[in-house]
Amino acid sequence: MVQPLNYLRETASQTAGLYVHIGLIPKQVGFDIFENQLGETMVTPQTKGERITIEGRVFDATGTPLCDVLLEIWQANAEGRYNHPEDNQDKPVDPDFRGWGRIGSHFDTGVYRFETIKPGVVRGRNARAMAPHINFWIVARGINIGLNTRMYFSDETEANAKDPVLNLIELKKRRQTLIADRQERDGEVVYTFDIHLQGDQETVFFDI
Amino acid sequence: MEPKGEYYQLDRLLHPPALAPNYKTDVTRSYKYALLSLQNSLSEMTGPVFGHNELGPLDNDLIRNYAKDGDPIGQRIIVHGRVLDENGRPVPNTLLEFWQANAGGRYRHEKDTYLAPIDPNFGGCGRTLTNEDGYYFFRTIKSGSYPRRNFVNNWRPADIHFSIFGPAFAQRLIAQMYFEGDPLIWSCPIVRAIPDDEAIRALIVPLDMNATVPLDCRAYKFDIVLRGRRSTMFENRLEGN
Repeated sequence: MVQPLNYLRETASQTAGLYVHIGLIPKQVGFDIFENQLGETMVTPQTKGERITIEGRVFDATGTPLCDVLLEIWQANAEGRYNHPEDNQDKPVDPDFRGWGRIGSHFDTGVYRFETIKPGVVRGRNARAMAPHINFWIVARGINIGLNTRMYFSDETEANAKDPVLNLIELKKRRQTLIADRQERDGEVVYTFDIHLQGDQETVFFDI
Repeated sequence: MEPKGEYYQLDRLLHPPALAPNYKTDVTRSYKYALLSLQNSLSEMTGPVFGHNELGPLDNDLIRNYAKDGDPIGQRIIVHGRVLDENGRPVPNTLLEFWQANAGGRYRHEKDTYLAPIDPNFGGCGRTLTNEDGYYFFRTIKSGSYPRRNFVNNWRPADIHFSIFGPAFAQRLIAQMYFEGDPLIWSCPIVRAIPDDEAIRALIVPLDMNATVPLDCRAYKFDIVLRGRRSTMFENRLEGN
C-alpha cells in the first residue's frame, strides 16, 4: 500500500438534454420567469469594437441541422483582453463588454446567431500571439460532454497562419473547419460558422 | 492578479465518451476524429464572472418563483451542498443554474408531450451563486420520473439538471443529480453512458436529515467537484522564460 492521494474526483458530465432551454434560455420556450436572461445581450452602444454577427448551424452526421443545440461563446474584447481578474496582459478591460454569450439554435431552421464585436489578439503560451478567435462550448441532447472549439476569422489570413493552436492541427485541410467566412450583408459584417459534429467536414474539437 | 496554476486535465476515463450507443441520440451527434489536446492558455483559464445584482430575489426558490395562486404540488425539498475543486478548495461566487420536471415528471417545455399535467404553479428552473465558501442552496419540489423514446420502455430517473461555471471556461460543466433509492438510475442509458460506477454514485444524493426543516421540507445534499489546478512552483510557464 502507498499513501492515498486524496484528490476529489470530478463530477461527471451528463447531456444537457432536450429541455435545456427551460434552464438556461427560458425565453426561447416562451417562459417569462427571470427578469434578466443571462448571455442574451453581449454588446451595448458603449461597447468598443467592430460590430459583427456570427451565424451558422450545427449539423449531425446525416447533414441535418440540430434544432435543439445550445451554444455559449467566450471571447476577449476589441483590445484582446478577457474580462477576468486572471488576465494580466497590459491591456484595458472594456467595462461594457463581458465577452460571454449564450443562444439556442432556432427550433425550425437550426440557425444560431450572436451579435458581438470582433476580438483582438490575445497572448498565448510562451508569449506567442494567438490570432483573434472566439471560444465555443456546445451542448445538446445526444452530446454527453460539452464540446469545445474555436472560431477564427477569414480576414486574418496572416495571423491565422502563425496561430499556435491552428498549427497544432496536423491535417491542414481540417484547419479550415475553424475559420468563419466574412461577408458584408446590408452594411453589416456577418461571419458564417457552421459546425459539423461528425462526417467528412467534422469540426476540430479540443480537449482543453 | 497573476495567473494561478494551470488546470488538471479533464479525466476522460471518468466522463462519458461522445458515443455511448445505448443512448441512441449519440449515434449521429458524436465526433469520430480524435480531440485535439490543448494546453491551457488565457482563453481556457478565464471565463465569465456574474454578480448578485444580475439575479432576482426568488431565483433560488422554485416553490415560489413561478407560483400563480398557490404552492406547486409535490414533496418540498431543499437541495444544498458545496462546489469544490479536485484539491478540495471551495469555488466561490460561481453561477449554478438548475432545471427539472415537476412532481408528475412533466417539463414546462413545448417539446414535452408527456401525459402528466403541467403544474400551473411550477416553472422548474432557478439559479444561484455560491457564497465565499462555495456553498449553495435552493428550494424546490422533488421531480418525478418520465418516459422517453429510447428503448421502447425507458424511464428516466427523477433528476435535477445543473449547469456550473467555475472561474475558467475549461471548467464549464453540465451534470444531473439523482435521488437515493431510485430504482431507475442503473437502467438509464444516459446515466450508464458514464463508464465509471464510482462517478455515477457521486451523482446520487442522500437524504440529509440534518438540513431538513422539521414539519416543512426535507433536504438532499449534492456536492459538485470541478477540475482543480496546479500549485507547485515547477510548472510550465504560460508566458515562457
